[in-house]
Amino acid sequence: MIVGERKPIGEIIGNLKAFQSVLILACGTCVTVCMSGGEKEARELAALLCLKGFTAQARVIERQCEPEFNLLLQEEIASYEVLLSLACGIGVQVLADGFPGKSVLPGLNTTFMGAPIRQGVWEERCSGCGDCTVHHFGNVCPITRCAKSLLNGPCGGSKGGKCEVKPERDCAWQLIYDRMNAQGRLEELLSIQPPKNWSSSRYGGQRKMFREDVTL
Amino acid sequence: MSLLEEILRKGFFAVTAEVGPPKGTERSVIEKKCLQLRGYVDAVNITDNQTAIVRLSSFASCLIARECGIEPVMQMVCRDRNRIALQSDFLGACALGIENILCLTGDHQSMGNHPQAKNVFDVDSVQLLSIFHNMCEKKVFENGENVKGEVRAFLGAGENPFADPMEFRVYRLAKKIKAGAQFIQTQAVFDVEIFARFMEEVRKMGLHEQAYILAGVIPVKSLQAMRYMENEVPGLVIPTHLLRRMEKSKDPKEEGVKICVEIIGELKKIEGVRGVHIMAIAWESIVPEIVTRSNLYPRPSREVE
Ligand code: SF4
Ligand code: SF4
Repeated sequence: MIVGERKPIGEIIGNLKAFQSVLILACGTCVTVCMSGGEKEARELAALLCLKGFTAQARVIERQCEPEFNLLLQEEIASYEVLLSLACGIGVQVLADGFPGKSVLPGLNTTFMGAPIRQGVWEERCSGCGDCTVHHFGNVCPITRCAKSLLNGPCGGSKGGKCEVKPERDCAWQLIYDRMNAQGRLEELLSIQPPKNWSSSRYGGQRKMFREDVTL
Repeated sequence: MSLLEEILRKGFFAVTAEVGPPKGTERSVIEKKCLQLRGYVDAVNITDNQTAIVRLSSFASCLIARECGIEPVMQMVCRDRNRIALQSDFLGACALGIENILCLTGDHQSMGNHPQAKNVFDVDSVQLLSIFHNMCEKKVFENGENVKGEVRAFLGAGENPFADPMEFRVYRLAKKIKAGAQFIQTQAVFDVEIFARFMEEVRKMGLHEQAYILAGVIPVKSLQAMRYMENEVPGLVIPTHLLRRMEKSKDPKEEGVKICVEIIGELKKIEGVRGVHIMAIAWESIVPEIVTRSNLYPRPSREVE
């Protein structure tokens, strides 16, 4: 899922300085599951902003990243000065595309593509590199989970299973080693991984996908 | 052929040291350190923005070192440059006669003085070695296009026998040698026992015959410095008996030198160790004494030439 974190309230209020009435738009998908931009969070934020003197209302959109869902709230949207989106960065942009004349503000910091590892803790798992080779690494993605994205790790700073960069993080390469070892596949780690072709990743510029089989 | 390569090929026990460029433009800092080291070491490593702190570039510092009559080992890290810049600088080094190149991954920028920087890590140290190796041996760039002109280098890599997972370290070393490393400089050895076990694995795989292995050492000035290294330097292990020795000593500087000389003495006896790499960062002036007391002076440099 896409994981996000609500912006600090001070920043949100600062961004709303020029406005009086605000419609807070939760998103019913990823950010609901990661408890940062769902209906509950939107209602809480609306109550808080009302206390601060704003006219604030909360609504949920099923999936802000799909234009049709946003259009369902067309009328209500028209009656507010500004929209505060609690969706991920994709949702914010799709919402704004649907209402090009409208002021739209992000209410979340979209942080990463990741997974909950236990209640209240999420961890990044994928950088969307466009050429998935995670199976070569015991299904632990080194591009995302190693601080240096090493394909021939581990670096010289791995200690006690932890990463030298942030000792509270696991060293991805220790995880890779352990998994490959448990599967009896250590041999595979001995071959040199060649330089990666990053052109399919974000470094090749914005990506776009065409699929003739599903276009109308 | 670089002097370092020649010394190693001829079977002499090599001595290298390390010089960190200044956080500014004073070339005199490098000159002073190099003059202290000249004659006592075969080559000096010039660090590349070590610990991710901006310093005078390794490339420029290598040229300054050479002007001081000392052969440089140019360190190159993958943190700040992509394959385009790395290959370009490698060509530059070849064109200017900097022959020893040490390929490293590099410390993460979050540990340095510009933690907000974006990092690169387009390639890692193993891949960098293979790119440079192919430029030398096959005369091709990473993309397969031809390189024009003479491309020659003595390629090195680092390895840390003390980092985890320890069982994998020797295999990682093997990967680096397979990728093209001709010499290896290890992380500083304080625990000779662990290192000796590592070397045993190295010999079992015959790696000591495929690359020259220089064991790293660090002379330590004080107990605080030792504690700091134990806690702050990634992948450094210091046995408690050494900490205790420093603690008890009335003359910690002398004790630090003694420990270093003793370690060198033990390293010399380990089969497959072909030299030492003395990392006396901010204490370069002690290197001549260590080299002399380790019976490694005079250096064979002149005879080779
Ligand atoms: S290899 Fe690429 S696509 Fe696969 S998990 Fe890693 S970043 Fe994601
Ligand atoms: S310690 Fe492990 S995760 Fe951290 S940078 Fe090194 S190899 Fe990557």
